[in-house]
Amino acid sequence: MLMDTSDMICDTYPGEMIGREYMENLYGEDMDRVLHSVVKLKNAVIGNNKQKFHMMSLGVVGRLLEFIQNERAAVGLRTESAIVLGSLAKGSQANVKRLVDSGVVPILLQCLNNSNLKFVEGCLRCLRSIFTSQAAPVELLYTDPGVVPHMLDIVSQSPTTQECICSILAQCCKTSEHQGLLYSNGVIESLAPLLASKMYKVQMPALRVFCVITYTNQIVSSAVASATVSERPLPDLLVELCLRDKSVEMQMSSAKCLTYMCRANALSSQDSKIVYKALPTLIRMCKKDRRLEERVEGAETLAYLIEVDLELQRIASYSDHLIPTLSEFLRYPSTQTTVMDLKRLDYDMKHSYELRAAALMAFASLGANDEDIRKKIIETENLMDHVVCGLSDPVIRVRLAAVRCLHSLSRSVQQLRTSFQDHAVWKPLMKLLQNADDDMLTVASSTLCNLLLEFSPSKEPMLESGAVDLLCDLTKRDDPALRLNGIWALMNMAFQVETKNMAFQAEQKVKSQILVALGTDQLFKLLSDPDVNVLMKTLGLLRNLLSNKPHIDHIMGMHGQQIMQAIVLILEGEHTIEVKEQTLCILANISDGTTAKDFIMANDDVLKKITNYMIHANVRLQIAATFCISNLVWNEEEGALERQMKLRDMGVQKLLQQLLSSSDTVLFDKVKTALQQFT
Amino acid sequence: MTGLTSGIVRQQQKAKMADSGDSSAAERNNSASETADERLKRIYSMVNEKETPLPRSWSPKDKYNFIGLSQNNLRVHYKGIGKNHKDAASVRATHPIPSSCGIYYFEVKIVSKGRDGYMGIGLSAQGVNMNRLPGWDKHSYGYHGDDGHSFCSSGTGQPYGPTFTTGDVVGCCVNLIDNTCFYTKNGHNLGIAFTDLPHNLYPTVGLQTPGEIVDANFGQQPFVYDIEDYMREWHQKTRVTIESFPVPDHKGEWQKTLQRMVSTYLVHHGYCSTAEAFAKSTGQSFTEELTSMKNRQRIQKLVLAGRMGEAIDTTQSLYPGLLERNPNLLFVLKCRQFVEMVNGTDSEVRGLSARSPKSRNSSGSSTGSEYRSSPSLSPSHHRMDTQRANGKIERTYVTGNKSPNTGELINTKSNPSTSANQDHASVAEMNAVNSVTNGFSSNQVDVEMEVEEYNSQMVCNGVSSRVNDGASTSYMNGCSHNSQHREDLMETDDFDTDKEVQSQRRQLCGGSQAAIEKMLQFGRELQGMSVQLRRQYGKNEANKKVLQVKLPLTDTPVYYKCHSLGGSYRA
Repeated sequence: MLMDTSDMICDTYPGEMIGREYMENLYGEDMDRVLHSVVKLKNAVIGNNKQKFHMMSLGVVGRLLEFIQNERAAVGLRTESAIVLGSLAKGSQANVKRLVDSGVVPILLQCLNNSNLKFVEGCLRCLRSIFTSQAAPVELLYTDPGVVPHMLDIVSQSPTTQECICSILAQCCKTSEHQGLLYSNGVIESLAPLLASKMYKVQMPALRVFCVITYTNQIVSSAVASATVSERPLPDLLVELCLRDKSVEMQMSSAKCLTYMCRANALSSQDSKIVYKALPTLIRMCKKDRRLEERVEGAETLAYLIEVDLELQRIASYSDHLIPTLSEFLRYPSTQTTVMDLKRLDYDMKHSYELRAAALMAFASLGANDEDIRKKIIETENLMDHVVCGLSDPVIRVRLAAVRCLHSLSRSVQQLRTSFQDHAVWKPLMKLLQNADDDMLTVASSTLCNLLLEFSPSKEPMLESGAVDLLCDLTKRDDPALRLNGIWALMNMAFQVETKNMAFQAEQKVKSQILVALGTDQLFKLLSDPDVNVLMKTLGLLRNLLSNKPHIDHIMGMHGQQIMQAIVLILEGEHTIEVKEQTLCILANISDGTTAKDFIMANDDVLKKITNYMIHANVRLQIAATFCISNLVWNEEEGALERQMKLRDMGVQKLLQQLLSSSDTVLFDKVKTALQQFT
Repeated sequence: MTGLTSGIVRQQQKAKMADSGDSSAAERNNSASETADERLKRIYSMVNEKETPLPRSWSPKDKYNFIGLSQNNLRVHYKGIGKNHKDAASVRATHPIPSSCGIYYFEVKIVSKGRDGYMGIGLSAQGVNMNRLPGWDKHSYGYHGDDGHSFCSSGTGQPYGPTFTTGDVVGCCVNLIDNTCFYTKNGHNLGIAFTDLPHNLYPTVGLQTPGEIVDANFGQQPFVYDIEDYMREWHQKTRVTIESFPVPDHKGEWQKTLQRMVSTYLVHHGYCSTAEAFAKSTGQSFTEELTSMKNRQRIQKLVLAGRMGEAIDTTQSLYPGLLERNPNLLFVLKCRQFVEMVNGTDSEVRGLSARSPKSRNSSGSSTGSEYRSSPSLSPSHHRMDTQRANGKIERTYVTGNKSPNTGELINTKSNPSTSANQDHASVAEMNAVNSVTNGFSSNQVDVEMEVEEYNSQMVCNGVSSRVNDGASTSYMNGCSHNSQHREDLMETDDFDTDKEVQSQRRQLCGGSQAAIEKMLQFGRELQGMSVQLRRQYGKNEANKKVLQVKLPLTDTPVYYKCHSLGGSYRA
């Protein structure tokens, strides 16, 4: 035996061939001997990462690929080569990467067209190992458009093809394009029967495929919902996989799939499969006796399932002690237990932030709509402390989840006045807003909107810490959601009803501060914003700014011209009824001022427009316009007579008399009030 | 318990067979054509109704006057005046829930919430006052519709679930495997409400205001909640437990494992001769010496005889350091000693003259043959769930001494593993700990129910002072079962007994004033020990439980004339 160990690592065992020898044998002429040494190679590398690495360093992969690609080579040799590659693909990530870099994937995909089942299975096993690793080269599956249809064609051939193809597809469906491609190639029809397979190894990956194709995809979800397997509806089959004597993984995945179908509107949220199967299953997955990964996945999926449905939120809130169970997530790992084993500690630490994020997300969903549930959540021991702590958590996912949770809870007027105040939540929130990414900003600023509502006692300290500037900056963002939140928050800030906790002067100050910080340029820019929601809130801001006589006169005195211009522009533009109504309301506010009235009275164009809206087909616009007139002719005010005269000359009084025949009671009352002003 | 487990497995196998024969088991389960009998048989397949009938309706005999029954005794309505809680009325089912169910479930539909909807759904033991809602009294458990609270043998409820009212279906599931109970509302599991439930409870509903009507479903109709799915999970769990039960031996050595199990059981309980004989015939060996076994047996006897002071002393002299290492064990022993002091059995209060001499047994080796032949007392494991009525003293239930009940099997199973885990303690020592605990626990459970008895004793003896006000008032012992033990001793043991104590009327601390003072002093020391233990080791729920006895909060306590029994039981 020739022993040349000068240029390689020597870790061979007695009686074993060394690497170079394998290589030499692989290049031999005698095909039987070559096959023999491939088999030997297979036995040598199995379960031995070091050996695998070593062999790959010697370039064994290239030679094996040559065999595999060689159409004339014996199929036995090609199969054995594929099996060796499959073995190499198991083990370290580095090995997988090297295989991918050697171009294994396209070649193996090509070989799937071979008619020999054993060979195809060998290739599929190797591909499965590669695609299910972390460094899966997903896109390679879609490079050749023929691959996916072919895979779906051969899927039913054997349990191995079923298992491997399902595993590959489940890993490689990452985008809605992928979902669409799989769907149009009949993935549902091909894989649905596998859900009823007797083999767990086949059932489970097939179920995973159904999870990934239904996620946020309405078309696919609907198709799955109406699919059948031997005349049984597929969703019923999913319910069966959800039974409590199935494996936890299977229960979780089928509940997940049902959840996705529900959120994609393919199943009603009132469907018993959701209410009595998916929901309780997910709640059960959060329980203490489950593994940490399962609890995290359960809570996250649950959060998604109930996010927008009040009834599901209610049921979840009293099911199986869910709220206390989730609040335990926040305390994990509990400090009381002494740590005995470091491995365990490591595992705990790794999962503790995932647990926290998942629980906070679930609380966010639970408290999204119902005041009683919010109360129940907030009354849970120390929960608010954990939420507030979460706002400054080192892990971004936890921060985001904490803000979402806070956002949900901030929809409660009572909480804004009590526990939010007690915990000074605005402080960490403002800090979070300083340098957050867009996702975070969107949620955080939504929360801010709520905190800035008039009745929130947090308002004053927040103003002092520079909230106005921050919000004005938001209105300049590219993301319409951020602009909306910014202007919305400003609108809330400017909104005041006979406030007791803020002096009149202070109120005036806030309004001026907003105007100064925002700048009229920006204000008018927002009035031409392409997003109608932003426009509405900007008009709302203007309306809130222009309330209280002295404020109206003060602001109109400074920016009257520009405001009138903007109003005219909007009234002339093509806008929805809501926008125009809001604009007319601003005019009505302006006409409530003392000196501000002149801006309207002196502008015949505007007056003309108002009278036109009085006879508009939409009664809401008629009401707003009449209200405006009513303010202008209010006879207790100075100069009322001249204004009445002018308007009478314009035929307004006559118009009002005609409107008395209106069947709309609100309009009728307004018209009557206006007419009574004329003397 | 063991019977139950195997029952589940068998049930499972059956289900499995059915599955393979008929592909759509689920469909079959839900078929509407199934009759009530068939459904009950399927759900509770391990119940032998000839021995333990299932509850199938409310009992027309076991109800308060204000309850009316109709529709085959399944509909319950309230027919009292319903002025206040004193007008509450309950009804129990015809039969208790058979333990062989494993998991039992029934549902109640609220047909009408009546005037105020004060409805309670739950469980109670036989004999619990029916002029009450379930949950207010000892051995009674309920979930109430007006506030959604759960009531666990107490007049004050705990926040538990949502309220329920007309149209709702409330279910109650008793898990006899882990002795818990959860409720459902309209098919949604509300989570565990009660733990440590006793067995032999009856389904119970209580109503309190006019117009309240509820219908029961004991399984005659399909349930709203998918209880069978819950059962399926437990079957699976049990199967996995059995399948993954670690067997230390190599394949095919089950025989040896089983023999070792028997052998350790015999050694643990000190059946010396049997153990010897068994070891001889099976080729097993055991490590503990015979004298050690006998010593343990002696301690056990002392404990069972109520002579706790001596038991503690003997333990300390034979196994020095044992109690110091197990302060919690010492604590429970002393608690028991206090109980025995109150009832006058413990030697501390009997005076030195009554103290048994370090008898022949301790010298051990000399004769012993007749002694070792039959251990007089195998520990009896009365658990909380032993059947008994509220407050009623049942003389019969303590007789289990001679026939090991199922609880013991479990103990023996755990015993070898315990000693294996704690290498530092010798097997003998561990066994000693166990035997002491076992002997103790048999008595411990009775403490709770005998509070009233104690009260009456206090009263009739004219002792007005309460001991250590509060928690520790409660170590008292009925005179019930010790006598039983003593009778056993008489037959089989050569302990010298104290005729004068036994024959006189039973009095607090044997009637001696000095003894009472001694007892009070001891009680105070005990309290101190508890405080210290807590400081040192943190809260210990078990110890707390020993200290605490829950008195019924709402009802007037029922007094039992135990002193009149005192004179008669020494035959």
